[in-house]
Amino acid sequence: MTQTPVVRLENLRKTYAMGDQEVVALDGVDLTLEHGEFVAVMGASGSGKSTLLHMIGLLDRPTSGLYLLEGQDVSQLDGDSLADLRSRRLGFVFQSYNLLARTTSVENVELPMIYAGVPDAERRRRALAALETVGIADMAYHVSNQMSGGQQQRVAIARALVNDPGLILADEPTGALDTKSSQEIMDLFARLNRERGITVLLVTHEPDVGRRAKRIVTFRDGRIVSDTPVAGAQLDGVPA
Amino acid sequence: MSLRTLITIAWRALVRNRVRSLLTMLGVIIGVAAVVITVSIGAGARASIAAQINGIGSNLVIVIPGNVTLNGVRTGSGAASTLTPDDGLAIAKLPHVAAVTPAVQVRTQVVAGENNWSTSVAGAAPTFTYIREWALSSGSFFTDADVAQSAKVCVLGQTVVDNLFPGGSPLGKTVLIRNVPFTVIGVLAARGQSAAGQDQDDAIVIPYTAAMERLTGNRFINALAISADDVSSIVPVENEITPLLEQRHRIVGTQEDDFSVRSLQDIANAASATASVMEYLLAGVAAVSLLVGGIGIMNIMLVSVTERTREIGLRIAVGARSSAILEQFLIEAVVLSSAGGALGIALGVLGSGAVSVFGKWPMVIPPESIVLAFVFAALTGVFFGYYPASKAAHLNPIDALRFE
Repeated sequence: MTQTPVVRLENLRKTYAMGDQEVVALDGVDLTLEHGEFVAVMGASGSGKSTLLHMIGLLDRPTSGLYLLEGQDVSQLDGDSLADLRSRRLGFVFQSYNLLARTTSVENVELPMIYAGVPDAERRRRALAALETVGIADMAYHVSNQMSGGQQQRVAIARALVNDPGLILADEPTGALDTKSSQEIMDLFARLNRERGITVLLVTHEPDVGRRAKRIVTFRDGRIVSDTPVAGAQLDGVPA
Repeated sequence: MSLRTLITIAWRALVRNRVRSLLTMLGVIIGVAAVVITVSIGAGARASIAAQINGIGSNLVIVIPGNVTLNGVRTGSGAASTLTPDDGLAIAKLPHVAAVTPAVQVRTQVVAGENNWSTSVAGAAPTFTYIREWALSSGSFFTDADVAQSAKVCVLGQTVVDNLFPGGSPLGKTVLIRNVPFTVIGVLAARGQSAAGQDQDDAIVIPYTAAMERLTGNRFINALAISADDVSSIVPVENEITPLLEQRHRIVGTQEDDFSVRSLQDIANAASATASVMEYLLAGVAAVSLLVGGIGIMNIMLVSVTERTREIGLRIAVGARSSAILEQFLIEAVVLSSAGGALGIALGVLGSGAVSVFGKWPMVIPPESIVLAFVFAALTGVFFGYYPASKAAHLNPIDALRFE
């Protein structure tokens, strides 16, 4: 079965002007993510892995090159169209969770649906279902700052998948968590990938976390230096 | 996104920061309250002035005789003997004239038993009570029949009663006015001082016919007091009286009128203009405080945008269009200023009540001042909320998400 890849990048470049110097963040990247993949992007800081994530996440525009998101060329889209694509096709998970302060879990999860124009009642129902999926349905009405880091990251993951995106982009999702919570979060990603077929792209610099993916792409100086499947690939997320 | 959703988002954000929201609103609350209170002070003062002026008489127009020139010496107004009760009867037939009374004024010594008192004796028609809007506290006023018979009856002001009949009812008693005995048939309700500081209760009212025949002994009167049927007909009535009297007094061409027509409208207008100036002045001060309130909102909104940079980055990342961010912050500002406006109106109404108690005038809050203050407050939110909101909408999401 040939399916359109979720993401296809061809010779993608991103340069910044810093003073009178030109900094190359991405230097001709070719990358294809197929449906259902679970990819870890690794590399030292400044290697371009975060820039790649922002690029794929439509938060930043490439200087040159081609980006097809589910077959659609996004380079010429205006801001509103990009916002709509982010809303419907992409889910973000951040290192620092980025939940709204003094706001309940369920309201946090509802946020993307507000911008997607989902009606009130359905919004609440889907938010509760998403919290169920990530295993913290009982904390739906807890305020974010009263929860542990692992729990907050689960809320963030529920928020990322509530609009049923094809692709979840995670930026160091375990960077602020202890080992046990990290494992649980990675289990959750693995399960979502396996059971729901959601494509997951996560950026990390922790080899342990990277090994939980099925494929590791390594960056250095804005280029891909290796792109390898993970041997055994954890036999589809059997808990470590 | 629906407006309701936007307002919900804004409301949640504001409720999350209760204390700060309240402090932000404070400027607008005070500004709006100041507008409501000052306008109310102006309106209350105006109403109080109007009440004083109306107290002199209802839509009053006064005709007084003109001056006379004798051997090149000109007397003041009112000296000419030209005005008669018949002029009054003619004026009474004009349209928009509700009532007319001739006025004959004599200042004299009056005696009752062993008490005497110098007071002003006024000859009038029974329409006096209507024109001067003056009720009786006891007894009754004289009638047209009394006027026809030049009856020797009188109605006393309260001050005269106090001085001639201390401690007793004067009804049925006799008062000697220039040695002519008059029977007391009524007492006027106490009225206090006039706007000019005169004791209005120091007076005796008798039929004008009796005053002419028994006191002045001539056929002329001192003035005609006319009530127009409405405030708006004061000026038309004035304008009709002049040609009528000119005709009756056979005044032609450039000849000077032997009478003059006056109304209290000019005084009322002047007083009202003073009140207006006051009102504008106060409203100006209030507007400045609203402006300061608006700047306060902008300040806090800017702080809020900076403080919530990451939140804004997140909202953009989960699919908010920049217009949605702009709307959110703009609506937050408007919700803040409108809520402040509503609280300010409540405070303003309370304040107006307090001021009216101290100022001893009726509490008048023109509804349009409330609407105006509220709309202005909301507009303040739009105006001063726009810059911070547009700053939020144009944040770079990557920088915003990294912001510490």
